[in-house]
Amino acid sequence: MSLAINLKLFLDEAGSISKFTARFFKQWFKPRYEFSELWRQCFIIGYKSLPLVGLTAFIMGLVLTMQLRPSMLDYGVESQIPVIVGIAIIREIGPVITALIFAGKIGSSIGAELGSMKVTEQIDAMEVSGTNPFKYLVVTRVLASTFMLPVLVLLGDAISLYGSYLGVNIRSNTSFTLFWTQVFNSLSFSDVLPAFIKCYFFGFAVGIIGCYKGYNSRKGTEGVGSSANSAVVVSSVLIFVIDLLAVQITDALGIN
Amino acid sequence: MNAPTTLVKFEEPSITEKNVLVIQHLFKSFGSNHVLVDFNLELKKGESVVVLGRSGSGKSVLIKCIIGLLQPDKGTIEMFGQNIPDLKYDGLDKIRAKVGFLFQSNALYDSMTVRENLEFPLRRHWIDVSQDETNKMVMEALEDVGLGHTVDMMPAELSGGMRKRIALARTLILKPEIILYDEPTTGLDSITAKEIINLMIEIQMKYSTTSLIISHDMNCVRTASNRVIMLIDGKCYASDTYLQLAKSTDEKIKQFFE
Repeated sequence: MSLAINLKLFLDEAGSISKFTARFFKQWFKPRYEFSELWRQCFIIGYKSLPLVGLTAFIMGLVLTMQLRPSMLDYGVESQIPVIVGIAIIREIGPVITALIFAGKIGSSIGAELGSMKVTEQIDAMEVSGTNPFKYLVVTRVLASTFMLPVLVLLGDAISLYGSYLGVNIRSNTSFTLFWTQVFNSLSFSDVLPAFIKCYFFGFAVGIIGCYKGYNSRKGTEGVGSSANSAVVVSSVLIFVIDLLAVQITDALGIN
Repeated sequence: MNAPTTLVKFEEPSITEKNVLVIQHLFKSFGSNHVLVDFNLELKKGESVVVLGRSGSGKSVLIKCIIGLLQPDKGTIEMFGQNIPDLKYDGLDKIRAKVGFLFQSNALYDSMTVRENLEFPLRRHWIDVSQDETNKMVMEALEDVGLGHTVDMMPAELSGGMRKRIALARTLILKPEIILYDEPTTGLDSITAKEIINLMIEIQMKYSTTSLIISHDMNCVRTASNRVIMLIDGKCYASDTYLQLAKSTDEKIKQFFE
């Protein structure tokens, strides 16, 4: 396939995603509001993702600390491990890794769920039953993933830092209070706030891409699989693109 | 109502002269594929009309245009005195509350129990209905299809025939005036298909509904219709009773009855 055709396909897809996103913003203010479905999705997307996010965050904090330790020892700054790990986790690793795990779990599940609903005519059945399927299925899922990812990142960061605390104490003896005091003293609002805000964009990207891919799934089971797969791939790439933009913006605003 | 496996006798319903559905000069194309070309149809109250055509002839497209899931390119679809293609979401909703639609794939919501599947259209169309009333209506609809015991089961736990009957119960719960059936017997074995046809006939007799059935199952066409419309080349090629069409010498019609 030539470059021109690939470029056309890419632009077509980008245009369709933009139209889908515009439709989301047009629909989410309009009644009827699907609060009970939104609440249910928050439970599924947020609460049910917590064990996975917590486990990966804990391992991430522990491993990061253990990997850092030899280099820090070489430079004689072993005592600065909580500071470095704290900044790395809060500013970058926590949000991005959690968002990638979230994209893998939630992006694929939304893509597959909506895709299978599409091919088995459940979305049409919903429309015939007096329900706006876009509001009921898409708006609720996108809002739930937008609001739940920052919460998961906050919890994930805390668990990750606890893992780091245990990592520090494998080879040395640091008190719980000292560890957390060092972490908090090294952090400022310019570390926490931009990282927290970008999580909303990560969550939105995962939700909107998962829904777009599922809602526009081609007929057949192969189409459902491909929707789930491309939902993960596209939202993961978008997470890095948003991260890149976020760092440029904070840099330009001088809040780095 | 337990459906016997032998076909029940279809007593002639009380068909009135009042048209509940009038389709005039309907056109629908997908790119260069002209699916419906100047299609016309009239459906009288109490009638049971089967639209017969080959696979891919546009039967499902027709029924989706009628319920407003697809927008036709040209033409009018008047139902209960309103032109469906002109209606916005709220207007369509009011019409859809009076029309049942049985999907070819049943379209039961996988993540909901049978009870929740039946409650869904009820709660969406009739917001003020109480829980007691809802329970009563759910059980009544399930008893109508002989599956009261499945109320707390998930769709995945049911057989193909049971799922079709649950989908029919979901269609019935709003007591529709018109029921649109999209290939109701496709994918079912002959015994289960007969059960579903019997059920459709019994429902029509019990609730005096009007039915528009899309099918290529000749058993269904013969048993469940007062009138058959032949959809050939995107047009209403012929419209008559099953017996009259079966006697036709027209080559295009004959091939369906051979």
